[in-house]
Amino acid sequence: MGNVLNKFNDDTITAIATAMSDAGIGIIRVSGSDAVTICDKIYISSKKKHDLPDHEPNTIKFGYIVDPADDKIIDEVMISFMKAPHSYTKEDVIEINSHGGMLVMNEIMNLLLNNGCRLAEPGEFTKRAFLNGRIDLTKAEAVMDIIGAQSRFALESSRGQLQGNIYKEVKSLRESIIYQMAFIESAIDDPENYDLTGYSEKLRQIVVPMIERIEMLIKSADEGKIRKDGIKTVIIGKPNAGKSSLLNALSGNERAIVTEIAGTTRDVIEETIRLDDIILNLIDTAGIRDTEDLIEKIGVDRAKEKIAEADLCLYILDSTKDIDDEDRQIMSLCENKNTIIILNKNDLKGNIKITSDMIVSEFSFVDIDKLPVVTASLLNGEGIDFLKNAITDLFFNGEIVPKQEIYITNLRHKRLLIEAVNSLKLVLSSIDNDLSEDFYTVDLTSAYTSLGEIIGEEIGDDLAEEIFSKFCMGK
Amino acid sequence: MIDTCLKETIDVAVIGAGHAGCEAALACARLGLSTVVFTMSADNIAFMPCNPHIGGSSKGHLVREIDALGGEMGKVIDKTFLQSKMLNTSKGPAVHSLRCQADKMEYSKAMRRVLENQENLFIKQAEVSEILFEDVTDESLRHKGYKKRITGVKIFSGMIYEAKAVILCTGTYLKSRCLTGEAITYSGPNGLLPSNYLSESLLKAGIELRRFKTGTPARMDGNTIDYSKMSEQFGDSPVIPFSFDTDPEDVQKPQVSCWLTYTNEKTHEIIRKNIDRSPIYAGIIEGIGPRYCPSIEDKVVKFPDHDRHQVFVEPEGTYTNEMYIDGMSSSLPEDVQLAMYRTVPGLENCRIVKNAYAIEYDCLCPGQLHPTLEIKDIRGLFSAGQFNGSSGYEEAAAQGLYAGINAAMQIQHRDYLTIDRSEGYIGVLVDDLVTKENLEPYRMMTSRAEYRLLLRQDNADIRLRHKGHDVGLIDDERNEKLLIKEKLIEEEVTRLKNTTVGANSNIQKFMEKIGSTPLKTATSLAELICRPELNYDNIAEIDNERKPLPADVIEQVEITIRYEGYINRQHRQVEQFKKLEKKLIPDDIDYNDVGSLRLEARQKLEKFRPANIGQASRIGGVNPADISVLLIYLDTINRSSSDEK
Repeated sequence: MGNVLNKFNDDTITAIATAMSDAGIGIIRVSGSDAVTICDKIYISSKKKHDLPDHEPNTIKFGYIVDPADDKIIDEVMISFMKAPHSYTKEDVIEINSHGGMLVMNEIMNLLLNNGCRLAEPGEFTKRAFLNGRIDLTKAEAVMDIIGAQSRFALESSRGQLQGNIYKEVKSLRESIIYQMAFIESAIDDPENYDLTGYSEKLRQIVVPMIERIEMLIKSADEGKIRKDGIKTVIIGKPNAGKSSLLNALSGNERAIVTEIAGTTRDVIEETIRLDDIILNLIDTAGIRDTEDLIEKIGVDRAKEKIAEADLCLYILDSTKDIDDEDRQIMSLCENKNTIIILNKNDLKGNIKITSDMIVSEFSFVDIDKLPVVTASLLNGEGIDFLKNAITDLFFNGEIVPKQEIYITNLRHKRLLIEAVNSLKLVLSSIDNDLSEDFYTVDLTSAYTSLGEIIGEEIGDDLAEEIFSKFCMGK
Repeated sequence: MIDTCLKETIDVAVIGAGHAGCEAALACARLGLSTVVFTMSADNIAFMPCNPHIGGSSKGHLVREIDALGGEMGKVIDKTFLQSKMLNTSKGPAVHSLRCQADKMEYSKAMRRVLENQENLFIKQAEVSEILFEDVTDESLRHKGYKKRITGVKIFSGMIYEAKAVILCTGTYLKSRCLTGEAITYSGPNGLLPSNYLSESLLKAGIELRRFKTGTPARMDGNTIDYSKMSEQFGDSPVIPFSFDTDPEDVQKPQVSCWLTYTNEKTHEIIRKNIDRSPIYAGIIEGIGPRYCPSIEDKVVKFPDHDRHQVFVEPEGTYTNEMYIDGMSSSLPEDVQLAMYRTVPGLENCRIVKNAYAIEYDCLCPGQLHPTLEIKDIRGLFSAGQFNGSSGYEEAAAQGLYAGINAAMQIQHRDYLTIDRSEGYIGVLVDDLVTKENLEPYRMMTSRAEYRLLLRQDNADIRLRHKGHDVGLIDDERNEKLLIKEKLIEEEVTRLKNTTVGANSNIQKFMEKIGSTPLKTATSLAELICRPELNYDNIAEIDNERKPLPADVIEQVEITIRYEGYINRQHRQVEQFKKLEKKLIPDDIDYNDVGSLRLEARQKLEKFRPANIGQASRIGGVNPADISVLLIYLDTINRSSSDEK
């Protein structure tokens, strides 16, 4: 209930202000009384200090977005601060100019949302601009039209993006939640008829799989995001296995577009490569280009770090050489990762020492379905098609659909799913803390509301309806 | 010629002396207004035509709130209860609820006595046949949306009572008819006279009415019941009183038992075989009944997988043998009733004193009420209770008190009493009645209160007593008493938060004894109370500076500390809620002027004409974008009017 009310009030909101495109450059806008406080948590200046409050208004500064959890740098940005009332909304406004592409912008948005911002409603900046007197009275009609139209559009496109099965899944989760709410409330209203003895453990058995189901949905949201924003990919292999050949083959491929962002010094995403509908964001390509001796230079620890960061590992083996301990060590790091093993130099027939069968028998955890093996001759540009198919299989269940028809790509949907999971986790913690059943409904209601927002359904009188239709009230 | 008295002039006329009417009349009279309360039967004041209990889940909260504001219900039930129980004690404090079995006759007599002894108040047994009104000419009133102004009422004899305010508390009496199978009586509940003329007058005044129904089970001759086949249900000991002003000593007395038995497959079979003889299933009843209080035939039809239903056998009072058969209301014909009741263990040889019946009555269509419970178009006409589409004695009493106070405030040109959803169940009840369609009789439930952790029955005095004092129904002495209580709570909470105990051997020994994990570092007493196995009482021996405090103070201290996290969370939600409640919508807004509103939203807003943005946001069919549009429109008006200045 609380989060619904917030929408009409003056909390701090954020949205990506520029059109979402592959342009790689965009502005994230934050508006509200806590804009500076929130942004300061995730921003450090060139002096590497959290000193945003000292930032002189109406100037633009260079700095870094960091994840406050581990101080990891996410992006370098230009940040501007417009102090109320000298801004579009007449509130404190911060604009973050990022070059990092959509993936990075999404990461920044998530940081803002995790640190106290709310995702702006359609037309909300304009609404605030008007309500704060920034927009002329004569434009009131136009502003109202914009809000009406934008919210209709948002609702439609949000519904459009929900695949039938996800819609069904969210609906079924909600049905299950409200049934439990109705049961608890019936027992509160009619305690002599409905008994809650032992109920909390039953509820736990119901909530735990619900959390898993929503987490699956969040994963599919990530899949949508991946399709739209690209797969964070790391290329791994011993010296001379063919890492730079792979990079060149990918870049040289006629279907690929390479965007190199000048001046980036960090090892986040350095190259974006598109294979038809698949976008790969390659990590640490600089290292590969500069030297072939990646593993030697960075060692296994660093490789581990890179693998952890990536959504996809392309592990290149020279198929003319035997598998050694180092291979085994690196392979074991890939155990729980989306990994594709590329057996390179497949053209040198006769000298082949590693085959896909050998991989399967060598590494017990390799399941050929989950960990595909591709044979290639990267110098000749052969095997890229197989690679592409393997990636498609791995990430998109084999089906390539047009980029527009994505799953839950929407940041908003993902947000709401996360909120629902968090609420359900609070239910579990209420159970753990031995709180009584009436406390469970507080968070069950929040979860129900969050899921409802995804499919555009309000709570209304649902609970009373459910109580009366499913439970027989006695006294 | 000698002048006769065809006309009386008073301040307030209350129509009906049920639970709503009594509270409304008492409030007005106590606030210094000359008040008449009309009743169809002066011997049936505050009559309970259905179940013989007051309170229950969420209803108990209402009774506490009525008491906090200076109403009467809690005090009367404390004097006349037969059995008392605090429900839901195994659950959180927010859903604890008090329920008492009432002695119906004693309750009615006691309330009648209070009314009779009340200065400024008189009881008149008469059927009000007309409300009297005139057109509003005053511009400022027209501007507020009033079209008419109430001038009084006319009773069936022709006598006129001129009044500044009229409060409709007609319950289930408007054009009522009772149905037992094919047998239809045009009467009020329990054979009392119906009110047949007033509906026409209300319609003429432009008020829209609809038809609701409710029902009641049979009353059995207690001598024909075999209690040995039922399980006995006892009351609590000690008894906790409803009223904050009742001395707990006064309510400790021997209690009367209730009895629990069950229906069975045989009962259900009889019902199923005869369902076509039920006036509801045969389509004779037009009124909409409450689903939360289903008749036994509804339970059997809608829940075919239940092989039995609970039946509570409860005393009607000490003045009679009659027993109320709770859980088996019905409108089946008498012969089916007899057969079906006689299948229930313990009722095999029962004799029915009064048949079960369904009752249909006229009541108000939603959307016609101001949040003050005044009818929107008609200045000075208020309404409360079942006439507003609610059900239940407690819901009625709460509205009666609220409407009575606000009628008095209007006459005395004082600020209206407002209780919002974050302040009381009364606020939730009134808000739901004025903003929702309510397609069936409305019953209070704790789940309707989104801030229920704050709206507990134990803190109703803290929440509302000051409002009662401001209004003038709570005297200074009682208000002072509350101020002292609040101070003690605050001081004790602060002390417990600031008093720490070290992790020394004495403390660890204590922790071990009580089965709590040892302390790692110095810990505040408040933190200790938060541990499930510890409480205010059992940490007494390690709390050296403790002073003796009254039990109600300790209760508040403990709840405040233990549920602080949840309570604070709700307080933050309330802050957001309040901001929207403060954004007022002008009374004369024309929703056709608000461009970009969706058609459905425009229609709903026009129907309910909400008083503020918060209310608007709760109307079904109005979505967040509509609210944004409305906010912008309101801002346009405000800016234009300030430009004019």
